[in-house]
Amino acid sequence: MSFVLETQGLCKSFGGIIATDNVSFQLPAGARHALIGPNGAGKTTFVNQLTGVLTPTSGKILFEGADITSWSVRRRATAGIARTFQINQLFADLSPLESVVLAISERENAASEWFKPLGSRADIVDEACTLLDTLGIGDVREARVGSLPYGKQRLLEIALALAAKPKLLLLDEPAAGVPESEREQILDVVARLPESVALVLIEHDMHLVFRFAKTISVLVNGALFCEGTAEEIARDPRVRQVYLGEEDVGHG
Amino acid sequence: MSMTNPLKPSGDAGALMLAGARWRWYEVLFWLAAIGLFFVFGDFIPGIPTRLMLLSEIISLGLLALSIDLVLGYAGVVTLGQGAFFGLGSYVAGIMAKAGMGAFPLSDPLIGLVAAAAVSGFAGFITSFLVLRGSDLTRLMVTLGVALILAELANQMRWLTGGADGLQGVSSSAILGIWEFDLWGHTAYLYSLTVLFICFWISRRIVHSPFGLSLKAIKGNALRARAIGVPVNARLIAIYTIAAAIAGVAGALLAQTTQSASPDMIAFHRSADALLILVFGGAGYLYGGLIGAGLFRVMQDVIGAITLQYWQFWLGLVLVLLVLFVRGGVIGLLEGWRDRMTRKGDAP
Repeated sequence: MSFVLETQGLCKSFGGIIATDNVSFQLPAGARHALIGPNGAGKTTFVNQLTGVLTPTSGKILFEGADITSWSVRRRATAGIARTFQINQLFADLSPLESVVLAISERENAASEWFKPLGSRADIVDEACTLLDTLGIGDVREARVGSLPYGKQRLLEIALALAAKPKLLLLDEPAAGVPESEREQILDVVARLPESVALVLIEHDMHLVFRFAKTISVLVNGALFCEGTAEEIARDPRVRQVYLGEEDVGHG
Repeated sequence: MSMTNPLKPSGDAGALMLAGARWRWYEVLFWLAAIGLFFVFGDFIPGIPTRLMLLSEIISLGLLALSIDLVLGYAGVVTLGQGAFFGLGSYVAGIMAKAGMGAFPLSDPLIGLVAAAAVSGFAGFITSFLVLRGSDLTRLMVTLGVALILAELANQMRWLTGGADGLQGVSSSAILGIWEFDLWGHTAYLYSLTVLFICFWISRRIVHSPFGLSLKAIKGNALRARAIGVPVNARLIAIYTIAAAIAGVAGALLAQTTQSASPDMIAFHRSADALLILVFGGAGYLYGGLIGAGLFRVMQDVIGAITLQYWQFWLGLVLVLLVLFVRGGVIGLLEGWRDRMTRKGDAP
């Protein structure tokens, strides 16, 4: 059995607070997986450890069988782990085209070129334009990113992650905060992601989760609460309770 | 705005990107004007006094501001210590020229420039590791601290630097063995302008390259830059080193053209002046430092002639107004006007 990603007994604590509690998790190639859990369950902390933003307190992270626990963010990115951010992390003063060209150039080791002008590599520009067209933001490729509507910025988030041709893509609430009118476009993009990419969706929105995920892990208080296929999780009374319980608190 | 070629997904996107690096007419005009100043202020026209020494000094200051632009305007690293590399360059060139007694090879100005660039670049490389971490505030403090340390070293090492009196009698040999430095500053100005242009041209290639784009990305969002695979630290080290080398060249120019090197050249106020000049002219345009340096010295002269004691008051006032109301300094102001003009032109 080979996994794209595996964590073994992953723990992360901030002072006395345990944010990730002994998470052992496996992700097969081409997976369509969702990571769900109530607010503060530690989903983003978990993802930050996978991408190298945070270093786990203990435990191991394996990517394609290699121990990447101590790798830098960049090394993991180069190895094929890409992510989108829950809150847009974009280059506001660049254009979408420039942003994606940069991401592709880094993948091709062409971004340390300091003497030739930008745009010299026609293949990279072509690929960037194709990618932007695929995501439906080709029409605004020369605009300033900071001036784009929020939905288009969310799509650019995904475009930047895809530019790296990742083997594993972590989507952190890809449709969060997007107005209803632009939402369908994003869901469509997620649905059409290539099979070769293993996908982990970190989501709050259950409609989205059940639409795309074949398997689901539920994270509660930093620990894996349960795992299973989408159908199993949908039927699981304990999961309902976790979510309903949260709502009770929310309304109380 | 762009015509799309239906056969290729990219259409003319690549051409548009390449066009971004092309020289504009106003850039050509700028450099022609810089050559023109030589004829206006070179004692060729009766009645206009020669000001070439002042203009050479402006070039040196502008080049220092340009080097700050590379790290601040493009990579987003704030620095208050660029003057340290400038001063280091001036001392390297000064000490070499003095030791060579005006003869080749030590007193050769070009060898002096290369040595200054190498020493300052090396100092930049070593200290670049200190600015990789931390916020703007820590970077300001660290760069300032490094500058203060170097300034005090220059002051204390009397045997090498001449201490508080500085180095006198720094005389360079003729450039390429042909052009001697003259009293009117003819050689000095053309020499400085040529060196400025070469450094500018290199900087211009850098900022329009993929490497330059990655710097802008780091400035925009270092977190995302790392996530798409940009080696943020390596890029910052590279640009900080290059900028330090250019600052060293600027310092060497000043030492060679004024035939001296003094603690004044490595003093803290030079870092502050150059930063001010850059913000005044407009950071992130490459030309901001050059235009800022010119206006700064002209204002200093004009306001100084009217009210010698209060010129800094007026300078400060202009600076505050510019920073508060215009994004991008003087160039930002000009850009705003240009945009308004074109919008008027487009209206039916």
